[in-house]
Amino acid sequence: MFNFSMSPPQASNFAKFHDTLFYVLLILTVIFSVIVGAAVIYFASKYRAGRVVDRSHPPHESKVLEITWSVIPTILGLIVFVFSTMLFVDMRTPPKNASEIFVMGKQWMWHIQHANGIRENNTLTIPVNKPVKLTMISQDVIHAFYVPAFRVQYHVVPGRYTQMWFTPTEKGTYPIFCNVYCGTQHSEMGGYVRVLDQKEWNEWARSGGETSQRMTLEQMGARTWARLGCGNGNCHGTSNTERGPSLYGIYGTKRKLKGGGTAIADVEYLRESILQPYNKITEGYDNTMSAYEGQLSEEEIMSLIAYIRSLGTSSQPTTEAAKGQSGGGEMKPSTPNLAAGALGADQYNRPGPDSGNLAAGAMGTKGN
Amino acid sequence: MSSTVLPPYEGTRVTEEPPENYITAGHTVKSWLLTGDHKRIALLYLFSTAFFFFLGSIAAGLVRIELTRPNGVMLESETYNKMFTAHGVTMIFFFLIPAIPAIFGNFLLPIMIGARDLAFPRLNLFSWYLYMTSGVMLLIVLCLGGVDSGWTFYTPYSSMYSNSQVTLTILAAFIAGFSSISTAVNFIATVHKMRAPGMTWFRLPLFVWSHYATSVIIVLGTPVVAITLFLVVLERTFKLGIFSPELGGDPVLFQHLFWFYSHPAVYIMILPAFGVISELFAAFSRRKIFGYHFIAFSSLAIAALGFLVWGHHMFVSSQSMYQGVVFSLLSFLVAVPSAIKVFNWTATMYKGQVHMRTPFLFALGFIGLFTVGGLTGLFLSSMGTDMHLTNTYFVVAHFHYVMVGGTILGFLGALHYWWPKMFGVMYNEFWGRMSALLVFVGFNVTFLPQFVVGYMGMPRRYHYYYFAPEFQVYNILSTAGASVLAVGFALPVFYLTSSIRKGVKAGANPWGAHGLEWEIPSPPPTANFDRIPIVTDDVYDYESDARRPNIEMIESRTPEQLASTKETH
Repeated sequence: MFNFSMSPPQASNFAKFHDTLFYVLLILTVIFSVIVGAAVIYFASKYRAGRVVDRSHPPHESKVLEITWSVIPTILGLIVFVFSTMLFVDMRTPPKNASEIFVMGKQWMWHIQHANGIRENNTLTIPVNKPVKLTMISQDVIHAFYVPAFRVQYHVVPGRYTQMWFTPTEKGTYPIFCNVYCGTQHSEMGGYVRVLDQKEWNEWARSGGETSQRMTLEQMGARTWARLGCGNGNCHGTSNTERGPSLYGIYGTKRKLKGGGTAIADVEYLRESILQPYNKITEGYDNTMSAYEGQLSEEEIMSLIAYIRSLGTSSQPTTEAAKGQSGGGEMKPSTPNLAAGALGADQYNRPGPDSGNLAAGAMGTKGN
Repeated sequence: MSSTVLPPYEGTRVTEEPPENYITAGHTVKSWLLTGDHKRIALLYLFSTAFFFFLGSIAAGLVRIELTRPNGVMLESETYNKMFTAHGVTMIFFFLIPAIPAIFGNFLLPIMIGARDLAFPRLNLFSWYLYMTSGVMLLIVLCLGGVDSGWTFYTPYSSMYSNSQVTLTILAAFIAGFSSISTAVNFIATVHKMRAPGMTWFRLPLFVWSHYATSVIIVLGTPVVAITLFLVVLERTFKLGIFSPELGGDPVLFQHLFWFYSHPAVYIMILPAFGVISELFAAFSRRKIFGYHFIAFSSLAIAALGFLVWGHHMFVSSQSMYQGVVFSLLSFLVAVPSAIKVFNWTATMYKGQVHMRTPFLFALGFIGLFTVGGLTGLFLSSMGTDMHLTNTYFVVAHFHYVMVGGTILGFLGALHYWWPKMFGVMYNEFWGRMSALLVFVGFNVTFLPQFVVGYMGMPRRYHYYYFAPEFQVYNILSTAGASVLAVGFALPVFYLTSSIRKGVKAGANPWGAHGLEWEIPSPPPTANFDRIPIVTDDVYDYESDARRPNIEMIESRTPEQLASTKETH
């Protein structure tokens, strides 16, 4: 239609519904603006001072008129509200079969961790027509993960997980923007979503993407678990011990808490129980677990949660995998592409309250 | 003589002009800096807010120049970020919030209700000193390298990560807040206690009603943002964990507290302009405003509902989905009172005598731009579309349509309408109309393309967009429009200044308008009224007063006649 672009491509399941709503609103806007504009121009010219027209019995107030022009826009607005809310609820409710991908935002890049262990930086490679759920967290300030072609975005907040989902419907490459101001290079905190067809994606996944050696998120979690000595004879075994409850099959269950109340063992609960275990103590136990706040990277926390979720299920990594790599406790052997400065272990020294130059600390000056 | 003022000048008034007005009442610097006269304080505000408007415009100009190329033109990203922050902070805290209330509210509110001054003249002066203190702090911030957090100061960036002058900027905004509060308290007390005999609530001009509603919002809302900003300073300075998760705080809490004020702040900025527009429509249509009660109550409805919609800034911020639904619904509802006003203003022209003079051109421009600004707000209160549009240039365009198209056009309308009252002279009508035209055209060329580029996905606060070159054509258009807009804004500086020296004497009521401020000489004497008037006629009582002269009749008099006339209409 135009030789220059006026709208982003429609590349997700939400795009068509969104654009329909957008154009309905646009039409309403144009209609009302034209009505008001035309009335202004008409009255201004017809009743211009000096013109001889009928000015007898000018009205001063009219309840009928006031009610009409209040009720009609209200009804139109409410209709839009209903459809728009339906779309929003859909956007905020990921389907059960969505495959989960972990996204970490930091000044000024995106780190992507696929469930099969592939890592990507500033690129998200996904198969077409498969619903994808992003579980996101920020390592420093608030960011937002925004893909205009998909018509969705959501804030990426430090200290809590947020989620968004979409199903890409068109093959192609679409820009990702950070859409909450996050500091000097905010405008360059971007990247691309690559949507491949299933066959291409399978091939890409087999070749390991950018990562040559890799572990799944669960395997990484198993290694951290072993390094910290969480399991077996220590605290959390295959059955409840005196020191701590078993975490086998815990995910998604309702936990009875000490002092009354219950909590669902979801990702937020598990995260809180790792970082601040004293907040919600399982009934029958004391506050004996050490708090890991400030000691684990976001990626380690996420991998631990993934591992705990897998405990007692078929996807639980073999103990071999866990044991085989539990010796080092270092991330380096498995993360060759991170040495480039993306997630180097030394960058996990998150700027604490004491660091003098917070922005520089967060940037990971060593990596650059 | 109109029946508004029963005994004032008819018998007691001397034939020549009063020997002194509020401007000639004192010539020393001290007589200005220590004045208690609301009219003088209004002029102090006029010059100081104009200065900050100029400052904010320069920052906006630099931002617009940078955006003409995908890779920037001359600034580093850090400088660019400081520029859009300077633009936002200056325009919002130092121009849009104080401008209309502190200049025109100060000048006119006591006169319109038949009082000799505000209830607390010294508090009024104190508010200007608070304003200037925070203004000087802002200048110090700019000299020390500026601030880069954006005017929204989102945590934890502002409290833990930014390397710039966040603390001092926040303290400046904090103090500016107390300046607003002082003015608002003053207005509320004055409207309640100092109305002239016969000036009942429903004889108050809508200008007074809207300032009353604004003052209520300021008094209720500003303390919240003041404390919130102060907490950011505490966290930044003493590492008190409030908003930063590293210290055990909650970053989203800041957004709730901030928008609890800053959304109502939008109404703080626009309601006074509504008041101006109501006056202009009545005066230049020579009609009693249509639906007076509905307009008055819609101001109060906006003030009340405006406090319940802050969450619509946070649909994608991790606030609960159900919360979002409620905020979205209320946001749709808050649009209705604004729509009522627009329809009533338009209906006021029906069967009126429409005079297309400069102030009214600004008012008509206001109607057009504010209508678009308000309607595009619906795209953002609707959650499904906000998911895509939030924080993009669509939002930037939307709030500029409301803030510039609304507040600044209201401001310019007020300036041109009451200029003859404030300085006693008329400005050049041709250049006034040119300015109105340039502002209207320039504004649309600047901000219409931003709706498109926002829909395409361009995030706000982006310095570079080399990864999306399709944005460029819209940014160039926008910058071109901004230069036209700048000319439109600059013109009044020249013809208004020259009018003070060369302008035709205005007389007491150059527009033939109805209202107490037009019953006293221009410029008004220090005491406003020789004797407190007794009000017997209705507000905007244009039609029952057949003897009221038309603007043309006034203009056909010679300047000498105007100067010597007693305005015995």
